Amino acid sequence: MLLALIIAFPLAGWLILGVVGGRLPRRVIGILASGTVALAFVASVAASRHPAVSAGGLTAPLFSWIAAGALTVPAGLLMDRLSSLMALVVTGVGFLIHVYSIGYMADDRSYARYFAYLNLFIASMLLLVLGSNLLVLFVGWELVGLCSYLLIGFWFDRERAAQAGRKAFVVNRIGDAGFLLGILLLATSTGTLELGRIGSLASQMAPGVLTAVTLLLFVGATGKSAQLPLYVWLPDAMEGPTPVSALIHAATMVTAGVYMIARLHPLFLAAPLTLSVVAGVGAATAFFAATVALVQWDLKRVLAYSTISQLGYMFVAMGVVAMPAGMFHLTTHAFFKALLFLAAGSVMHAMGGVIDMRQLGGLAGAMRWTAFGFVIGALALAGIPPFAGFFSKDLILEAAFTSAQHGGSWLVWVAGLATAFVTAVYVTRAAILTFLPPAAHHGHPHEAPPTMRWPMAALAVLSVGGGALGAQAVGAPLLHSLDRFFATAPATESAPAVLLTMIPVAIGALGMVMGVFLYRGRREVTLGAVGRFFERQWYVERVYDAAILAPARALAQFCADVIETRGIDGAVNGVAALVVRAGGTLRRAQTGFVRSYAAAILAGTIVVLGYWLLR
Amino acid sequence: MTVPIGAYLALGALLFVLGIAGVLLRRSALIVFMSIELMLNAVNLTFVAFARQLGRLEGQVAVFFVLVVAAVEVVVGLAIIIAIFRTRATVDLDDVDLLRG
Amino acid sequence: MELVIFALAALGAVAGGVGIIASRSPVRSALSLLLVLGCLAALSLLLAAQFIAALQIIIYAGAIVILFLFVVMLLHARSGETAPNRLGWLTPAGIVLGGLLLAGLLGTVWARDGGGVASVGAEFGTAEAVGQMLFTTFMLPFEAASVLLLVGIIAAVIIGRPEPASPTATGTPRRGVEARKR
Repeated sequence: MLLALIIAFPLAGWLILGVVGGRLPRRVIGILASGTVALAFVASVAASRHPAVSAGGLTAPLFSWIAAGALTVPAGLLMDRLSSLMALVVTGVGFLIHVYSIGYMADDRSYARYFAYLNLFIASMLLLVLGSNLLVLFVGWELVGLCSYLLIGFWFDRERAAQAGRKAFVVNRIGDAGFLLGILLLATSTGTLELGRIGSLASQMAPGVLTAVTLLLFVGATGKSAQLPLYVWLPDAMEGPTPVSALIHAATMVTAGVYMIARLHPLFLAAPLTLSVVAGVGAATAFFAATVALVQWDLKRVLAYSTISQLGYMFVAMGVVAMPAGMFHLTTHAFFKALLFLAAGSVMHAMGGVIDMRQLGGLAGAMRWTAFGFVIGALALAGIPPFAGFFSKDLILEAAFTSAQHGGSWLVWVAGLATAFVTAVYVTRAAILTFLPPAAHHGHPHEAPPTMRWPMAALAVLSVGGGALGAQAVGAPLLHSLDRFFATAPATESAPAVLLTMIPVAIGALGMVMGVFLYRGRREVTLGAVGRFFERQWYVERVYDAAILAPARALAQFCADVIETRGIDGAVNGVAALVVRAGGTLRRAQTGFVRSYAAAILAGTIVVLGYWLLR
Repeated sequence: MTVPIGAYLALGALLFVLGIAGVLLRRSALIVFMSIELMLNAVNLTFVAFARQLGRLEGQVAVFFVLVVAAVEVVVGLAIIIAIFRTRATVDLDDVDLLRG
Repeated sequence: MELVIFALAALGAVAGGVGIIASRSPVRSALSLLLVLGCLAALSLLLAAQFIAALQIIIYAGAIVILFLFVVMLLHARSGETAPNRLGWLTPAGIVLGGLLLAGLLGTVWARDGGGVASVGAEFGTAEAVGQMLFTTFMLPFEAASVLLLVGIIAAVIIGRPEPASPTATGTPRRGVEARKR
């Protein structure tokens, strides 16, 4: 009951706002939308304190959804340690961003529509997180995709926003097709999709099938979580309102792929090939996206590539069997990346929508809160202790190191370290270009209103203190909880831990120093040919254009010019011409003379009579 | 009974074919119509003959209904002929070929 | 005696039939039809169908043939067969088809004849006996027939009404269609 309530609150908010939102005063809309999410957060807290959550999971069957032959799929909700963490992150960060949106969207025409979508997104994300079987999860998965599409294209009268929404939708379809195939293959080979029973099924499946299933599911994850090769939609998704980028495209929805792998970890643990693919893709994406972030001029795009990169870290964690570390990084990343995005949104708000860093600068004086928040987020992203990002990223790198020691690839660890360095550089660059003098504009920026300041402050606190959830010094409550859920050995017990910890920290610090050195005085460094290579995304999009779009266009052209005009139209016209000609021939039989008709009747009568007589 | 039923049936057949010949060979709507009446009567004769042979009255009842239908048909048919004559000034069936394809 | 009556009546019926289809004037055709009907009434009497014979005289001869004559008079007895026959092929075809049908029918009668004739009582075919059956077994068709008559009356009234003198009346566009097709 409590579980259903968690989803019901934002769903009710969506219904109310969607139906009568246009007639409500703005104040009521904001309070209603934020209030439902706050209630969902309270309900999540209450539910997560239920003793059943830590002991295997609190379940709430809803109804029998599919009963077809051997396959029965009941629709239900499940809250265990993993989903309670996700639900808390979604509702908690979601609530803060709702409050922020009240200020950010204050002047927008479609205020009610915005909050209706946002509430629907929270409800969908909760359904994804709390679904008790893969199909319910998939419904939530598709619904968040829909909300993402709606919110990216929220300002649909802008051509670029509408196109970005379509791009996100189409690219996600590719991943979702793989995901759905994986689900179907799982259903046909095991006969159940219940998350509670997945663990016992891994041993029953043939290794080949298991590998295929997990790889297909991972394809879905690469789409939703913007990994190589399906990352292309996320940078464009920045056309949406900035709070949306913070909530959907940084903190929650894009982590769904990570969550899904964690959710199905028994399957993935039994498929070593898939695990190495996951780790490899994660590491490659992390490094690739970080380098691209280095040369972006659009502040939000820097953060978008940064998100892709950090998601890569999470997949590395999954791939090297450090699920608790991955989920931990997911949580801290939700805090500090949401903070960074909200700060960027605050900048946009102050500068009247300008987001190109070349036209910013010198904002620190006028926007102390925002600048302060951004710096905290940047430090957390760079992995400087004691900020939250340090703890989680460090854990992942340690796990990668351990994995390499036990036969994994060193490349993953090296890529992780390299990414940490580039990350520190680009986030320093972004901070300097945006906030330090000299200013490249003549506006009069103003600090954000309180409704935007306080969510940033709360996230800043979380970005600083969130690391305590996993800090060994204070007992690492979150990690312990997750360790028991994943039944993995507690991490960070090995001897060279201190040294290992020092390396990423040193690299991060070095990166920041490097960034300060490179971009001091807001110098616009282009990095030469390497920079161009990065700026063009390593030619990935160009390869897509040549390898996929061009043939697809040619095929479409062929269909339009040849198949459509000659084949289909030809068939239609041919049939029509045939009918016309047949009619022209047959009409001669219709003389219009009654007597000839009578003769025909007589002839027919004689034939029938003859048949009866000669039978 | 000195006249076999077969004789009545043969007479009915002959009259029926005469009616058909009228329908096929004459072009005047009125005469075609009379030929149709002739065919109906031929069938009536057959009905009566069979009723007599089987000793059952159903045949005669059938003749009764044929009479009713024939009456209605003549009324409506003649009305149509008059309507055609009024608009086209002819009763030649070959002049009425609007349904020609 | 019976044979003589049959022979006379049959001869009269066939002569009338030929008269219907062969005479030039519609009036003669109508009178030939009258002859056929009278002969058939006589034959009906021979077949113990008194009621039908009476109906034949009253309805056919008394009503229908009079109606025919009335229409013939109304149309000034113009047979209308003035234009050359455009369906020349129909004459031989009609003769062949009619011959075939006649052969088939006669052959059937010839082949299947020979059943005995049921013996019937004196009341067979009286108005009382037929009426008894009409009002019991065939009650529903009888009622339906009365409705059919009513519909026929209404239809005749509607069709026979003079056409409204509006330009959209059926006559004008019909001719237009015809002209275009030709």
